[in-house]
Amino acid sequence: MKYKIGLFFFFMAFAVSAKQIVVCQSCEVKTIKEAIKMAKDGDEILIKKGVYKEQDIVIDKPISLIGEKGAVIDGNNVGGILIFQTNNFKIKGLKIINVGLSYTIEYAAIKVIRANDFVIEDCILENVFFGVLVEKSKKGIIRNNKISSNRKNEASSGNGIHIWSGEEMEIYKNEMFGLRDGIYFEFVKNSVAHNNLSYNNIRYGLHFMFSNNNEYHHNEFRNNGAGVAVMFSKFTVMHHNKFSLNWGSASYGLLLKEIYDAEIYNNLFEQNTIGINAEGSTRINYKNNTFLRNGWAVKIAGACYSNIFIKNDFLNNSLDLAYNSNINDNKFDNNYWSEYTGYDLDKDGIGDVPYRPVKLFSYIVNKTPEALILLRSLFVDIINFSEKVSPVFTPTDLMDNNPLMKRAITNFDTQRND
Amino acid sequence: MLKILKYSFYDLMRSRWSYVYFLFYLLLGFVLLFLNNDVDKAVITLMNIIIVLTPLIGTIFGVMYYYNSKEFTELLLAQPINRSKIFMGQYLGISISLTLSLVLGLGIPFVLYGLFKSTAIFNFSLLLVVGAFLNFIFVALSYNIALSTENKIKGFGYAILMWLFLAVIYDGIFLISLVVFNSYPLDKFSLAATMFNPIDLSRILILLKLDISALLGYTGAVFRKFFGTNFGMLISMGVLVLWVILPVLRMNFKLRKKDF
Repeated sequence: MKYKIGLFFFFMAFAVSAKQIVVCQSCEVKTIKEAIKMAKDGDEILIKKGVYKEQDIVIDKPISLIGEKGAVIDGNNVGGILIFQTNNFKIKGLKIINVGLSYTIEYAAIKVIRANDFVIEDCILENVFFGVLVEKSKKGIIRNNKISSNRKNEASSGNGIHIWSGEEMEIYKNEMFGLRDGIYFEFVKNSVAHNNLSYNNIRYGLHFMFSNNNEYHHNEFRNNGAGVAVMFSKFTVMHHNKFSLNWGSASYGLLLKEIYDAEIYNNLFEQNTIGINAEGSTRINYKNNTFLRNGWAVKIAGACYSNIFIKNDFLNNSLDLAYNSNINDNKFDNNYWSEYTGYDLDKDGIGDVPYRPVKLFSYIVNKTPEALILLRSLFVDIINFSEKVSPVFTPTDLMDNNPLMKRAITNFDTQRND
Repeated sequence: MLKILKYSFYDLMRSRWSYVYFLFYLLLGFVLLFLNNDVDKAVITLMNIIIVLTPLIGTIFGVMYYYNSKEFTELLLAQPINRSKIFMGQYLGISISLTLSLVLGLGIPFVLYGLFKSTAIFNFSLLLVVGAFLNFIFVALSYNIALSTENKIKGFGYAILMWLFLAVIYDGIFLISLVVFNSYPLDKFSLAATMFNPIDLSRILILLKLDISALLGYTGAVFRKFFGTNFGMLISMGVLVLWVILPVLRMNFKLRKKDF
């Protein structure tokens, strides 16, 4: 809030004293570079309709860059386009296309270096390598942008919004597709991403690395390599997101690796090959999530401690849970399992027989992946049943002692606001 | 042949069992849709039932019809009619009437529940095609068994055993061999093993269109490459056709030499 007030006063001040420089093909100032050279602190540069073929535009004073409708900066696939090295800047309404590809330099449509208090909004970035690349910055707002590319493999593609070493960023209502990662948080603290739509990306919809105390909510991640990957991060809060159709070999809705103290609630995981894949994850609370028609709803690999699943809905997944280590102190309680066949004689809404989410078949598939070809065969149903009656192979203490008879969540609240 | 086909067909159509079978599927379809209200999900449940039940019913009907109509068949054999025509007529009569029960029994409720507006129409038609194949395959297999066994009880026993083997035991052996030879590359082996069992093949054909394709991709590229493409689908269908043709050929071969 504090920085928002700061911004407000900043704009107030510049409304009074700032002058406007207009750039267009028939104006006095014909290129953006010229305009920036002329501009003083706090000035506004208005870019009129037209295509500007410029690269490596360095902006080192606190100014606003406003694009009229139809104002396009074309980088001609050579290199980076806009480079901001200043505090208090604003960029709005520009269309920036054709960023160059490099295997050694991170060319970006908008690169921000060591900046505080900035706004990037209403921009359309097309055919980019990196879209918005923010380095060592604080208090930025990135909103209402549309970032896209059409790269084919991981090596030759960049990220939509990449923040390397940042604090207090707010990223919302952006749309990202065809990139490597939609949004990438690397060494980022106290930041929020919400109401974003990230789809058809090669790697992840949203990616956290070494980033603590962040939050993301009401986002939608569709058809990415993996919806969201949270790795080596602490205190991440994830809620009201929709992870859908991350469907294919080694695809996940949510991939957790080496993370601690996270909260995951009210999310919807729909038709992913693996809903949540957790590895080395500790002290994580999963609450009120819905797992709908995934291959595996949850897959828990080694070194997971204190993962608590409460009041989640597991609906029509091919396999509810895969588990290949000791139960440790992970806990399943009060969840709804659509495959639960127990009864509730005292009508308190809680099944009287515990539910064992790991089936024998799921156990076998973990050991021998090829056995998956026998999915839904009569024989498999029979051995699952006999294992259910008297568990021999599956972990005996891995069960939900109080399975719900009715779904825990009746209405989803994962809708993004546009 | 057509005359005999027609006769067998009408004979079966008039019999109570065809109606029971038809009504069973009709009821099943309605109940499933009533409980699920989602055509997609109903298709999965239906698959579980079809791949177990259709072969079983086909087997029992085939054996039963052969033994029951034996006297009439012998009467026909005394007439100047080609042997293979008599039996092919009977075989087709049974298969077609069973398939009709299946298609109508399941088709009517699904159409009433708005199948044509649903995206599941392809999966559903695949399900019916596979069900029809299973009917033709298992009636042929059971006719083979009945032709080779004079003793009624033995014939029934063998037929049920065959069903049990293909529906359950085969998968058990398959699974055990997968677990035992875990350290070897098993992709191609399992691909081949599915081809030798029409029930497995049908199950995978349907599952591929539902949930297994992505799960398979997780393990082996061989599966995905084979089953994920139209080519794989074509081959699988081809193998199902072979599963019909081979038993029918053996039936005709057996007929020529059999002493009635």
